[in-house]
Amino acid sequence: MKPTDTSNPDYFHRVVDCQWGCPAHTDIPEYIRLIAQGQFTDAYMVNRQSNVFPGILGRVCDRPCEPVCRRARVDEKPVAICRLKRVAADHKDDIQDRLPEIPTRKNGKKIALVGAGCASLTVCNDLMPLGYECTIFEALQVPGGLMRSNIPAFRLPAEILDEEIGYITDMGVDLRLNSPIDSLKALLDEGYDAIFIGSGAPKGKELDIPGRQEADANIHIGIEWLESVAFGHTEKIGRKVLIIGVGNTAMDCCRTSLRLGADDVKVMARKPRGFFKASDWELEDAEEEQVEIVINHSPKSFVVEDGRLTGMIFEVMEYDIEDGRITDSRVIEERFLEADDVILAIGQETAFPWIERDIGMEFNKWDEPVVDKTTYQSTIPGVFFGGDAAFGPENIIWAVEHGHQAAISIHNYVHGKSVNDRLPDRLNLVSRKMGIHEWSYSNYFEPAARRKMEHVPLSERFKNLGTEVELGFDAEQTACEVERCLNCDIQTVFTDKLCIECDACVDICPTQCLTITEPGPEEDLRTRLTAPADNTEQLLFLSGPLEQTGRAMVKDENVCVHCGLCAERCPTAAWDMQKSIIDIAYAKDHDVSPCAARQTG
Amino acid sequence: MTYIAKPKVQWSGQRHNELGLTIRDYEGGLSTLCAGCGHDSVTAALVQAFWELAIRPEQVIKLSGIGCSSKTPAYFLSGSHGFNSVHGRMPSVATGALAANRDLIAVGISGDGDSLSIGFGQFAHAVRRNLNVLYLIENNGVYGLTKGQFSASADPGSKAKKGEENRQQSIDPIATAITLGGSFAARSFSGDKNQLVPLLKAGLTHPGCAVIDIISPCVTFNDHDGSTKSYAYTRAHMEAATFTDLVPPAKTIETDYAEGDATSITLHDGSRLKLKKLDPEYDPGNRAVALKFLEDHRVRGQIVTGLLYLDSDMPDFHAVSGTSKKPLTSMSHDELNPGADALAKLQESMR
Ligand SMILES: Cc1cc2nc3c(=O)[nH]c(=O)nc-3n(C[C@H](O)[C@H](O)[C@H](O)COP(=O)(O)OP(=O)(O)OC[C@H]3O[C@@H](n4cnc5c(N)ncnc54)[C@H](O)[C@@H]3O)c2cc1C
Ligand SMILES: Cc1ncc(C[n+]2csc(CCOP(=O)(O)OP(=O)(O)O)c2C)c(N)n1
Ligand code: SF4
Ligand code: SF4
Ligand code: SF4
Ligand SMILES: [Mg+2]
Repeated sequence: MKPTDTSNPDYFHRVVDCQWGCPAHTDIPEYIRLIAQGQFTDAYMVNRQSNVFPGILGRVCDRPCEPVCRRARVDEKPVAICRLKRVAADHKDDIQDRLPEIPTRKNGKKIALVGAGCASLTVCNDLMPLGYECTIFEALQVPGGLMRSNIPAFRLPAEILDEEIGYITDMGVDLRLNSPIDSLKALLDEGYDAIFIGSGAPKGKELDIPGRQEADANIHIGIEWLESVAFGHTEKIGRKVLIIGVGNTAMDCCRTSLRLGADDVKVMARKPRGFFKASDWELEDAEEEQVEIVINHSPKSFVVEDGRLTGMIFEVMEYDIEDGRITDSRVIEERFLEADDVILAIGQETAFPWIERDIGMEFNKWDEPVVDKTTYQSTIPGVFFGGDAAFGPENIIWAVEHGHQAAISIHNYVHGKSVNDRLPDRLNLVSRKMGIHEWSYSNYFEPAARRKMEHVPLSERFKNLGTEVELGFDAEQTACEVERCLNCDIQTVFTDKLCIECDACVDICPTQCLTITEPGPEEDLRTRLTAPADNTEQLLFLSGPLEQTGRAMVKDENVCVHCGLCAERCPTAAWDMQKSIIDIAYAKDHDVSPCAARQTG
Repeated sequence: MTYIAKPKVQWSGQRHNELGLTIRDYEGGLSTLCAGCGHDSVTAALVQAFWELAIRPEQVIKLSGIGCSSKTPAYFLSGSHGFNSVHGRMPSVATGALAANRDLIAVGISGDGDSLSIGFGQFAHAVRRNLNVLYLIENNGVYGLTKGQFSASADPGSKAKKGEENRQQSIDPIATAITLGGSFAARSFSGDKNQLVPLLKAGLTHPGCAVIDIISPCVTFNDHDGSTKSYAYTRAHMEAATFTDLVPPAKTIETDYAEGDATSITLHDGSRLKLKKLDPEYDPGNRAVALKFLEDHRVRGQIVTGLLYLDSDMPDFHAVSGTSKKPLTSMSHDELNPGADALAKLQESMR
């Protein structure tokens, strides 16, 4: 193994597991510290810079950051990163004066965007401050995409959507509602400088089994049904409801059914637990509401009597499972379950009936447009994709990240620069040392368990479809939860030349992360450290040769709790605790002026 | 000294010894020594040795005198017994404790000031009595606690922090222990746990007085150029004569590695001590050879380390002094107080 090159920004970035795991690379530990200090507005703005919708995401983010949070490796549960984001959003002051100024003199570039979902909105957020004129064409009567039409109001209240979408549309976006685009060819002909397609993945999957046609009146496609509930077109459902599928859409469908009059709701899963697509917390929330999740039931047919749906027949499955994988399966019996209504929640797909196939856009064998993973450009130069429309259904935070990246491409493209001309991330380190034993961060390890989110009582929450279930953290819960964060961005930074090999850091480390030893191949090194470094997903740091013995300092990043004791114990300050600031490049950072090269000289 | 206590963190990769304890269960209070002090490393090595041997902390008594080194029993095995005694008097208290309860595993922690200056006489007698104690001298060449005066182990010609030179001869505790008839004499370095931990384990298992002189640099008062007890000087002049490994009873069969020039000594509890000579000239079973080797290297300015003398058959303190086999604490009142008649009979027998 070669000595670690910590000048590569990815090294320290990867140590901040949550930030690395967040598609938009939100500086999570920084905003958590700001919340700890009561600086809610600052915390909100740190979020907004990268994820654009902190109030929305603080409620409904898919939270890829939490499963990877380091805290989960030294405790049962990760830091409640997502719920803390909501704390910042709920308690911030007015942020109007912190939003970027929109130039009155435009740059003359006009961009058309299809769909007013989070992907398109992010593109506008990044481009409007640079003087662009953005026009969004949205089929529906309101902006927000699935966040508005599918995520139920009891999880995401409309006011939050209005506020955060408003920050962007108020930048002067030309938002054309009730304006579906039915021909890309026609749009291309309108002469926009670039087109962004953020039309989502609007097609719910079908279940073609016997009885489907006959029972059509009582069979609903999940995402269409949620949309019709959201817009008030559907206000009732039968008492007995079966939901087919066990992903996040299924969770929203079952909980919504309970609010429209159902009292016996079953979510039908083909496979056992552990194979469910829904996030653990969504399952927990549904089960708290007495939804029954029935496993190992594979739909066989719809049963219709007198032209009306009465229920469904399922095949009851048995699986052989080895190492968490299904190796074999068989049907052990058939079972009939009664139902007044059935909701299909078995997935969504993209659909582009409005894109002509003869205008030069390449589609792959699944009839999806071919989109570049870095630039988000399609095979028609100047036409970009993002969000669910780009690579199929994901989630909001990915759509936001796509939006940021597409904005960079658009900015380059319309100025005649290569879309591949992208700035790398940069890293800055600033020492947090204040005195001999003082650091400007809270290095104390809080042993408390994750705080539990309080919910509106069951007796209250079904009365009104829009009653938000989660109450948010109170002051005490917040004060405790922020301390659970391990400050992974306060990096342990080592200077080879200073080390006298006294072992003080090795001895004090509470999680046995450090070793001074002979360097060697990584695989071998991992076995001969103070504690074996079994988690190969986590990096090893290897210093250069130390002055006295030529050995090296090795750090296993896996369970470092960033307590700073190594640095406190070091007599020569060979270890220091330094805040890493990962400087992510957005469209505004890309200089597109013709004489950019000369300006830097 | 740090402001926050070393946090108790649980993680999945943590290992447990035969008693189901983690290494953290063998720690003690927060150290108040200077950051980088060698004594803290010796503490860490002790924690590791006790954990690896899976010794129950309550079986152990930690004894010490006065000095930075003598403060360290507070920093490991918080579940053990302890006695922080008077300057240089650790051996007396250890003798008393062991006479009263031979089941205790005793660790005496001392410094070069504590054992070679004020407590030199006490040290000598503990060695010649073969008192059953792991006797550690955390040797930094100075009185650390009183701000760095030369101790009796400071080498002639070595320089204090402000430049003055030591003109007196130094005492080598290992040569001294060997001449005094010691049964186990070893030297090591706080910065070399690979060597130190097995030596501590061997010393803990040794039936008698196991003296280990541990060069343990004082970062604050004796880690400068001109010091012969600094990290850099020790590293540059260390010469390991032997390598020791202690193989616990359960593993003696599996770990029968190629002997080569290693000798294997079976100890009373069934464990085996492997002693590998790194220098073919060396013979840790022969006092004359050992002393000559030490002297030859001293003249060349080298610091010899390793297990330097061993006689595991020498009768220990309990055998020679006929101490009670049963700990006094487990005797009934009547046994401890046989009464006036018994006293009269004893006196009669001595007339
Ligand atoms: C039930 C459900 C629950 C979900 N819950 C969560 C959650 O809790 N957390 C999370 O992160 N993600 C969740 N998601 C996923 C998330 O909503 C999407 O990944 C995200 O909204 C994608 O954003 P987007 O901007 O790509 O597209 P969308 O939000 O789908 O927006 C696309 C917009 O384009 C419009 N449009 C489409 N075609 C045209 C056209 N031809 N002309 C004009 N306009 C058009 C649509 O009307 C829509 O408004 C959920 C999805 C569903 C279905
Ligand atoms: C009877 C007595 N005399 C003198 C002292 C002052 N004193 C305290 S510690 C010490 C020297 C300790 O030196 P050493 O044993 O080498 O320990 P170190 O601090 O170097 O580890 C002295 C002389 C004392 N405490 N008691
Ligand atoms: S402990 Fe804090 S900084 Fe570390 S991964 Fe979790 S949230 Fe991020
Ligand atoms: S900050 Fe230093 S002492 Fe604390 S856990 Fe990390 S490596 Fe160990
Ligand atoms: S505490 Fe400092 S000087 Fe000592 S080994 Fe660690 S890094 Fe090196
Ligand atoms: Mg001393």
